[in-house]
Amino acid sequence: MSALATNAQGTAQETALAVSHLNITFGSGAAAMTAVDDVSFTLGHGEAFGLIGESGCGKSTILRALVGLNRDYEGTIRFRDTVVPRQRDKSFFRRVQMVFQDPYASLHPRKMVQYVLAEPLRIHGFDRHQERIDEILSAVGLGPSFRYRFPHELSGGQRQRVAIARALIIEPELLLLDEPTSALDVSVQAEILNLLKQLRRARDLTYLMVSHDLAVVTHLCERVGMMSEGRIIEEMSAEDVRAGRAAEPYTREFLEASTGYRPAS
Amino acid sequence: MAKPLLEVEDLFVSFKGAHRTTQAVRGISFNVGREKVGIVGESGSGKSLTGRTVLKLTPKAAHIDARRLSFDGIDLLAASERQMRSIRGNRISMILQDPKFSLNPLMRVGQQITEAYRLHHKVGRREAEARALAMLEAVKIRDPDRVYQLFPHEVSGGMGQRIMIAMMLIPEPDLIIADEPTSALDVTVRRQVLTILDELVTRRGAGLMFISHDLNLVADFCDRVLVMYAGRIMEDIAACDLRNARHPYTRALLDSLPRLDRATDMLQVPSRDPAWLDGPTIRSGAAT
Repeated sequence: MSALATNAQGTAQETALAVSHLNITFGSGAAAMTAVDDVSFTLGHGEAFGLIGESGCGKSTILRALVGLNRDYEGTIRFRDTVVPRQRDKSFFRRVQMVFQDPYASLHPRKMVQYVLAEPLRIHGFDRHQERIDEILSAVGLGPSFRYRFPHELSGGQRQRVAIARALIIEPELLLLDEPTSALDVSVQAEILNLLKQLRRARDLTYLMVSHDLAVVTHLCERVGMMSEGRIIEEMSAEDVRAGRAAEPYTREFLEASTGYRPAS
Repeated sequence: MAKPLLEVEDLFVSFKGAHRTTQAVRGISFNVGREKVGIVGESGSGKSLTGRTVLKLTPKAAHIDARRLSFDGIDLLAASERQMRSIRGNRISMILQDPKFSLNPLMRVGQQITEAYRLHHKVGRREAEARALAMLEAVKIRDPDRVYQLFPHEVSGGMGQRIMIAMMLIPEPDLIIADEPTSALDVTVRRQVLTILDELVTRRGAGLMFISHDLNLVADFCDRVLVMYAGRIMEDIAACDLRNARHPYTRALLDSLPRLDRATDMLQVPSRDPAWLDGPTIRSGAAT
């Protein structure tokens, strides 16, 4: 499949990621639970696509399958027109990285920031470790002085910046974001969202983001896939979401529930 | 105007440390009547601690000091632990964030609701059970007889939170303190839970202190909003006026939210002014 996707600027660009007929089932026999049900979507290079839905709709399961944390899936995942092997190799992680939800849990408590950032460089055989660490720290808005800090010496926003730095230090093309701001305060959330937006422009990144917060997803992504019960029930542009143009009743309900509080009927 | 239920004047809460004393709440004053008052702020602003102080459920190390802390004429500061126990749950109750951690995992949910009622009312088991079932129905649980027999791990998050509300409302308290009651819930479930809470609070004419970090939600749900920062109330404003807030901090918080109604390129990151730390509280548009 070499379909051309259209990015925000309206120019045809090559496909970065194509997922087709992805099925993920947990358990077997009568207890089988289909978590992801025939999900297909494509992401153009430089595009930001958001998956949104309630807890248990399968959005994080998709990310985990994409990044190789769950190999037990059916369907094909293509990255740059090549089918990704089930056992991910180093070259895949060199180009696809993930940022997790909770920066308190995703950084090793006993490792200094410097070590956290040097590890991916070592694994992927990069040179100039010290320069790269300084570069990435200033790119995510932390100074070089943060090298010698432990995670407990950082605030939530600073930790998430380190997590983003760790993902970006090996210059990947695709960043998978699993609720990157849901553990943070609104003011810190604004900082991180601005940072992600600015990094995407500066580094020509492609984002796949998962969130339950509609306002956050539409802020960062041009296209949004509404998920329910393991399926993408509707794909919309961010403008559609803002204008409230939704075809499915579930999406309409979700849009309405996301805009403050109106008594449910 | 009727006498407010809860009167707080110049409340300080501090924690004594080995080297320095941390002032978590620094001289706040507010009243809660039979209305829905939202308290918003970022983590560490002292909003949850304020809620806990009202019930005197603060950690042992906390030192509470206030010119006035009274509930319905009772001086809470002078109240003995025995008096507090008759107030907690009975007159003032608290709904916590996550039902997973605040329900007893080893007790059937129905029993927990019954227990909450019998603790404060001298009634037989049968009658309490009937009341609990009626309460489960009031929080829109479809099959109360079945749910009564369930354990907390067998119910979903939304249902757990409704059970929690049932448990907290069954002694018919006058004041309910809800500490982030919907943060752990999905948006569509959140709406159902809030509708139920709204209905029950309005019908009984109780007062509600709604602690949350979600400004949009509070603006829509509550009657009045207190915005807290660094242990102080920055602004005390009618919820309908929140969008025209005067305090720069309130404005900054509102501007830092991604908007659904229009596209913004970069979000405003609030900058903080040290002068706010000791600045005046803006009440309904006027500094006091």
